[in-house]
Amino acid sequence: MQFKSQAVAKPYFIAAIALFAGQILFGLIMGFQYVVGDFLFPLIPFNVARMVHTNLLIVWILFGFMGAAYYLIPEEAETELFSPKLAILMFWIFLVAGALTIVGYLTVPYATLAAMTGNDMLATMGREFLEQPLPTKIGIVIVALAFLFNISMTVLKGRKTSISLVLLLGLWGLAIFFLFSFYNPSNLVLDKYFWWWTVHLWVEGVWELILGAMLAFVLIKITGVDREVIEKWLYVIIAMTLITGIIGTGHHYFWIGTPEYWQWFGSVFSALEPIPFFMMTVFAFNMVNRRRREHPNKAATLWALGTGVMAFLGAGVWGFLHTLAPVNFYTHGSQITAAHGHMAFYGAYVMVNLTMISYAMPMLRGRSANSPSAQVLEMWSFWLMTVSIVFITLFLTAAGILQIWLQRMGETPMSFMAAQDQIMLFYWLREAAGFVFLLGLVLYIWSFFKKGEVQTVA
Amino acid sequence: MSETFTKAMARNIFYGGAVFFFLLFLALTFDTIQTLPKRDHRENITDSVVRGKHIWETRNCVGCHTILGEGAYFAPELGNVYKRRGGEFIKGWIKSQPTGAPGRRQMPQFNLTDQQLDDVVEFLKWTSEIDTNKWPPNIEG
Ligand code: HEM
Ligand code: HEM
Ligand SMILES: [Fe+2]
Repeated sequence: MQFKSQAVAKPYFIAAIALFAGQILFGLIMGFQYVVGDFLFPLIPFNVARMVHTNLLIVWILFGFMGAAYYLIPEEAETELFSPKLAILMFWIFLVAGALTIVGYLTVPYATLAAMTGNDMLATMGREFLEQPLPTKIGIVIVALAFLFNISMTVLKGRKTSISLVLLLGLWGLAIFFLFSFYNPSNLVLDKYFWWWTVHLWVEGVWELILGAMLAFVLIKITGVDREVIEKWLYVIIAMTLITGIIGTGHHYFWIGTPEYWQWFGSVFSALEPIPFFMMTVFAFNMVNRRRREHPNKAATLWALGTGVMAFLGAGVWGFLHTLAPVNFYTHGSQITAAHGHMAFYGAYVMVNLTMISYAMPMLRGRSANSPSAQVLEMWSFWLMTVSIVFITLFLTAAGILQIWLQRMGETPMSFMAAQDQIMLFYWLREAAGFVFLLGLVLYIWSFFKKGEVQTVA
Repeated sequence: MSETFTKAMARNIFYGGAVFFFLLFLALTFDTIQTLPKRDHRENITDSVVRGKHIWETRNCVGCHTILGEGAYFAPELGNVYKRRGGEFIKGWIKSQPTGAPGRRQMPQFNLTDQQLDDVVEFLKWTSEIDTNKWPPNIEG
């Protein structure tokens, strides 16, 4: 750690990991409800567990991004953070707002929560991923603006590198596209059309800029490869991201009432979206192979390489699998979608955050790397979580193929519920893989407490 | 990557590409918005449909169901449920939840009034009439 104010990143990382654990617990609850339908009903209905699972995911990834920015920006800008106090204040506001929201989901019926929080004034709730009550959404905007102000001012007063520029662009984009969550016309088609401006333009647009910048930063640090080379790669990758990904939004405009030409635009451009993800993999391996130093943090290197590979598999390969309109006609809104959602989110945004945490957390604790035994534990957790998400994806893909076969093809299609009964086996297997994931996460958290010989930095 | 291809060139491709394709996206969006009235039959969005959508949202139906293929995959597609089951069945179904059948997936009881039930049905009826390019593949959704 080169600047004192980078320390504000630490609580952000800790909160991220804690919320990650909560996310997985609710994932397991839902996974069990998939096989034993009335599990925890009516205490925690499936939809409530789902909101908690997905909203915790988004919130902890945002915590991770903010922590990453607070760590990365001062080091890149070679100056202290504009206001560490503001960063800590925003941390608590975000944490309390997030916690209250989750408590609200779990203790108050959703309709009551909506009525209590001004949803009748400005209706924004009850749409997938954007379930948060109005005050929470406004809170997110306030925290995001204060955060952006803080890091933008830091960059303005310091060195302006391409990495911090790209990170800033990504984070500003994140805030701007979130504003579409406040637009909820009563025409469902329009509602859906602009809902994707938040959801798709996040994960297949501006978040990829953040992902690229974080990966580039860690790669510079652990490989010592020349910045010019790394930043050139970064620009090419994110150029491909936006060239393919913006019009690629069209892969969500096939069947929601939008004109037919989107089947062409959406299919062609989104079919090219794997390219930037593939480049990220090549980039990570290339830089590590050309490394000019042996960084003692082996675990961080593993996470960085893993991010490249798994983001390509989850977003690139599993995305391509169902992105052409004639295929999507059958797979749309099936377990195939869930399979892809899991591996893409994990491979790209979970793993890049864990990469950053793996690199930065030891520094924040005054050492260049954790003890070898702690690193071994962390690498075990890497393999357990990564392999189990691969299996979750494979089981859901199998479930999806059967679901489509039984329910959407043939002369005498089954009803939805009848088809679900037929694929129960794969839901059991998914849940089993989910427990292995949890085991990996437990080892991951444990690795932070593992003692041993460490190299301290001056 | 070769030496003749510089970082500045990469950066320019990024900015140029981003701006160009975002403008193209805006143009396509503009055209879509112009075409939509023919496909979404907005003249049929009555007050009842509007209230129905509000109930759909405030009961978080999308937390279990898909609608036009988007949402959760725990319970059946409802974009075409009006065509599959009809209005009376839908109302009867919502009123009789949860089934309480052991081990079966359960839907909550929302205690909707008759007016609210009618609104939900009107919303689902309007939704089922959107031109979705013939999706879903069959009536089971
Ligand atoms: C890291 C990047 C990505 C993430 C995190 C991600 C995540 C997701 C998620 C969560 C959904 C489900 C949305 C919903 O609930 O309705 C989804 C849908 C979809 N994604 Fe991705 N995705 C990524 C990249 C890609 C790429 C690169 C492609 C194409 C090559 C792609 C193709 C699709 C398609 C076609 C759907 C719609 C599925 C359907 O019709 O049901 N995704 N994605
Ligand atoms: C123990 C592991 C996990 C289990 C058992 C699990 C289970 C589930 C279930 C049952 C759903 C709801 C599917 C539906 O709507 O019917 C879901 C949704 C989702 N989960 Fe997980 N999950 C797990 C881990 C994760 C992880 C690690 C991530 C992120 C990296 C994640 C991200 C998501 C996303 C993005 C959705 C929404 C998907 C969509 O809309 O297509 N889950 N999960
Ligand atoms: Fe997408």
